[in-house]
Amino acid sequence: MTNTSHTELQKTTPTSPTTPASAERSTADTRALQPRVDVFEDERGITLLADLPGVPRDQLDIKVDGETLTIEGTVATTTPDGLQPAYVELRVPRYRRAFTLSRELDAGHIEANLKDGVLNLRIPKQAHAQPRRVNVQVG
Amino acid sequence: MYETLWSFPGGVLGEFERLRRELDDVFGGSSGAPSSIRSAAPGAFPAINVGQTPNSVEVYVFAPGIDPAKVDVVIDRGVLTISGERASALPNVGVKGDAKTSVYNHERASGAFKRAISLPDDVDASHVQATYRDGVLNVSIARREEAQPKRITVQ
Repeated sequence: MTNTSHTELQKTTPTSPTTPASAERSTADTRALQPRVDVFEDERGITLLADLPGVPRDQLDIKVDGETLTIEGTVATTTPDGLQPAYVELRVPRYRRAFTLSRELDAGHIEANLKDGVLNLRIPKQAHAQPRRVNVQVG
Repeated sequence: MYETLWSFPGGVLGEFERLRRELDDVFGGSSGAPSSIRSAAPGAFPAINVGQTPNSVEVYVFAPGIDPAKVDVVIDRGVLTISGERASALPNVGVKGDAKTSVYNHERASGAFKRAISLPDDVDASHVQATYRDGVLNVSIARREEAQPKRITVQ
């Protein structure tokens, strides 16, 4: 019975176990919103689109720690001096979301593209995990 | 679908967290004070922040992935309306060409959107600037000349 290659992509909450990298942030306010994502998979890999409005290229942090992919970004929209908020729907200027990758994904070859606040991540499958057609000889 | 029972997306308490956050958004800031008649439900796309300086009213629309040339920004009788459309980024699932694509998560909104904000009386609708950067549309409306604060020097 073959195992179908459904890739597991799971979310962990922002308050999941702290990694060593976040130790220095533990005293700062690390509340963050989970950005909305679209995830789809095709034969060659997984595409992930994340809405990160207000995050410029230099405030985006994507890291893979073992099996965990973490996307983090800080909103850096310039505001004029003396701006008083009047109506605020987006209160937290930080996005963070983590995913667990499965072993058949090649985390070393992730391609990322950030344009107009949309992050486009392409995670290819390992070369050996891509579907292969087996030629059957009729003999 | 879930590796183990404990790998439930969002954690076992994820749903409670989401509910708490939504209630917080609705009641937290103003403890049930009336909201604007034009305000949208929490979680509407796109989110909007409005701020004021002595010289202008600043509106920030968080709409990543839209074409700024196709967005309509209109001020009419003191109401600022921002409307546009975001194309869906999903591939064609199930169609012959893309039959092998599966969609696991579809949270990003797509389609037409329209947000309306009523502006205070002292804005000058002929001095409006709109810029789109990193997915945030910033509409800046200057206040009328006579409404801007002026420093008066004492002789």
